[in-house]
Amino acid sequence: MAQPTVPVPGVPCDAEGPVFREPWEAQAFAMALALHERGLFTWPEWAATLGEEIKRAQAAGDPDTGETYYRHWLNALERLVARKGVADAGTLARYRDAWDHAADRTPHGAPIELKPEDFRS
Amino acid sequence: MADHDHDHSHDHGSELSETQLRVRALETILTEKGYIDPAALDAIVDAYETKIGPRNGAMVVAKAWTNPAFKQALLKDATAAVSTLGHVSRVGDHLVAVENTPQRHNMIVCTLCSCYPWEVLGLPPVWYKSAPYRSRAVKDPRGVLGDFGVKLPKETEIRVWDSTAETRFIVLPMRPAGTEGWSEERLADLVTRDSMIGTGLALNPAELAK
Repeated sequence: MAQPTVPVPGVPCDAEGPVFREPWEAQAFAMALALHERGLFTWPEWAATLGEEIKRAQAAGDPDTGETYYRHWLNALERLVARKGVADAGTLARYRDAWDHAADRTPHGAPIELKPEDFRS
Repeated sequence: MADHDHDHSHDHGSELSETQLRVRALETILTEKGYIDPAALDAIVDAYETKIGPRNGAMVVAKAWTNPAFKQALLKDATAAVSTLGHVSRVGDHLVAVENTPQRHNMIVCTLCSCYPWEVLGLPPVWYKSAPYRSRAVKDPRGVLGDFGVKLPKETEIRVWDSTAETRFIVLPMRPAGTEGWSEERLADLVTRDSMIGTGLALNPAELAK
């Protein structure tokens, strides 16, 4: 029964459809909520960091049409996690590489799981 | 980008995008350190995908239209009034309801990022998060309303509320004419997400029938 807004130049519109376009967006969203609930940061801290990430992306040429929103969200999450001493950039990179390795050795279609040997020391 | 002229075997393994790798890395670290529980993450996602959405806000609006005491409570302290309806307030912040009247139309925006009353409206639409909306809503609200197909009388004042991390807003739209005696359930069908952001009006019965 939703009335789609009239598409117009300037402000991009959408129907009242699903709000996560890819599963990772949902995961990133939920992680921020869970970390806030656990008290890792306050909403003002979160909003300030996310606002900075959006400004930074705009300055770097991001069209900031809302489509890239969860990329900014993820950047903000990584920064806060580092600032709060949970995981620095080096740790994040090590786990990122391990996941890359895990994906590489997992046959297509099988669930990708992280194993100790995916970490190259 | 990487060359694609070698090592191009389809049975060689799986691929995760750069973003997916980063999200998985973060989730693994946070889980290992005990900051998050993957099952709790799934529950949050499930709630936002299936249970928390504009329908929650629409029920709040419909109740305010039919129950003067609830409306008064809502305008006085929306956080408290909404919590009596059993919506889970995950953000634990301050919710303020602003009432549209023939004299004043309200619109909400978050110029900084995209603070939004998640617990009553679900997650924000893409345009709410876009730079054009965030900047133009404040400078030219009447123009933005025009873009959304909303024309208000010249005398109607338009007030734009800038959400923050602490204070978020929901617009209480005007009840459409010709809905006397309708049930809350039926009235809620008239309340669109955009009407609670203030970039739309509640549907009238003829529009609903379409």
